[in-house]
Amino acid sequence: MIEWLVELWNAVPLGVQTVIVILLQIIAIVLPLMLCVAYLTYAERKVIGAMQIRMGPNRVGFFGHRLWGLGQPIADAVKLMFKEIVIPSGANKGLFLLAPVLSIGPALAAWAVIPFDAHLVLADINAGLLYVLAVTSIGVYGVIIAGWASNSKYALLGAMRSGAQIVSYEIAMGFALVGVLMAGGSLNLGEIVRAQEGSILHWFWLPLLPLFVIYFVSAVAETNRAPFDVAEGESEIVAGFHVEYSGMAFAVFFLAEYANMILVSALTALMFLGGWLSPLQGVLPQSAFDVPVLGALLDGGIHWLIIKTAFFLYLFLWFRATFPRYRYDQIMRLGWKIFIPITIVWLLVVGVMILAGLPPWFDGA
Amino acid sequence: MGTEKILFYLFAALTVYGALMVITVRNPVKAALFLVFTFFTSAAIWLLMEAEFLAIVLVLVYVGAVMVLFLFVVMMLDINLAQLREGFVRYLPVGVAVAVAFAVMLIMLVGSDWFASVPVPPPAPAEANNTRDLGRLLYTVYVYPFEIAAVILLVAIVAAIALTLRRRTGVKYQTPGEQIAVRRRDRIRMIDMPPEEPK
Repeated sequence: MIEWLVELWNAVPLGVQTVIVILLQIIAIVLPLMLCVAYLTYAERKVIGAMQIRMGPNRVGFFGHRLWGLGQPIADAVKLMFKEIVIPSGANKGLFLLAPVLSIGPALAAWAVIPFDAHLVLADINAGLLYVLAVTSIGVYGVIIAGWASNSKYALLGAMRSGAQIVSYEIAMGFALVGVLMAGGSLNLGEIVRAQEGSILHWFWLPLLPLFVIYFVSAVAETNRAPFDVAEGESEIVAGFHVEYSGMAFAVFFLAEYANMILVSALTALMFLGGWLSPLQGVLPQSAFDVPVLGALLDGGIHWLIIKTAFFLYLFLWFRATFPRYRYDQIMRLGWKIFIPITIVWLLVVGVMILAGLPPWFDGA
Repeated sequence: MGTEKILFYLFAALTVYGALMVITVRNPVKAALFLVFTFFTSAAIWLLMEAEFLAIVLVLVYVGAVMVLFLFVVMMLDINLAQLREGFVRYLPVGVAVAVAFAVMLIMLVGSDWFASVPVPPPAPAEANNTRDLGRLLYTVYVYPFEIAAVILLVAIVAAIALTLRRRTGVKYQTPGEQIAVRRRDRIRMIDMPPEEPK
């Protein structure tokens, strides 16, 4: 049987082989990601429920057991899949249906360059950081087109707010990334993580602390999450850009938002908290990492990246439960008058630190 | 025919299609979106030419920022299509003349001996770093042209802001700084008074 499969594989032309391997790799990334998105919605409801002294979803389980409501995301997904997609009568039908696709496409495509481990990355390209910035900047089209094609005032207002906000915060985000690439000396995300090797103090969160904070706050604004969620602003414009969407078309926007949240959390972990590197590195003696099973857990690996990403995702939920929504002019003021000047000043500081060869971060090169 | 050639012709055809749609489609928002599409396929062609930095920057700057603002303006404007199409016949000769001149120039350039004599460069090794090479060149050999271009752009930005900067009187601005700096004692005064008892 196995021999027959190997023979079959060898009979496939080389070009087709490459395509099949890449497709399988993409599935290996996207499938767990979608599962994470489903359970992130569950985690969000549970965490915010706990913060507001409620239970959160606790009814839907599997096979007659409630299991703390673990079946809820599955039930929600099934419900959304079988709901009708209503297209408003005045809507531009083609663009109306294209918008959710443009929203989720970039959110998934950016994962191509994320290194999960020292060797585990789909496309190890040199301009990885630029690629992420470019691809995520396309996501705004989904929002803008959705708002325009819906032929609804609320949707258009939401799209305008969201578009202006995303474009503004992208600048601060871009400057923060410039600081990271200066410190890491590369645009390759794997190289950036490797530049942070050493110990928890070698990670870039310390020398780039202002950029770290600004990057994460900008990321919250980029993903249109509370307290920057004026694009949805239920109290003012119903649901913003996706007010006219129903069923799976709405669910795709939802998936894109959560996939983007996971993406920026993973990026923050990679660029400022040492990605897959272990925080115990440099604390424990080298011999501790040679212990058979325990050593593999203590040493750097994909599990550390997941833990760090989960931490930032928790912050997203925490913010949502804690902060009231920003007023729109204050969002713009924060982005343009505070974040951008701070990032520019800190770029100069980073430049001086690199020239001075400040240990322990910049004395290597 | 190799895969690269197939990809090139595919993206080239898509680029031409997108560019044609930009000028023929009636809806201005759709035209802007087709322009985005054209940028995207051009970026793909640049990627095929191993100019990955330029390709990504094209997407980042033009698709991600410039066209978003452009789309904003087009969506906000109430464009009268009939008015736009007026005078098409009047401007047609000028348009045709420009198109013919441009086509002739392109044919002369691409069909010249110089173009034919340039050998196809061998594919760059996998570890070649487009970004680093471009950066090195820009900040060493071409540092003065680069800085001059930067200063010109800065002047343009300052000029654009100066053009729109008007002080209007009688407008009630909110100053977030002052709003944040408000303390309790500015707004609330605690007073001692005997309780009012209902009769």
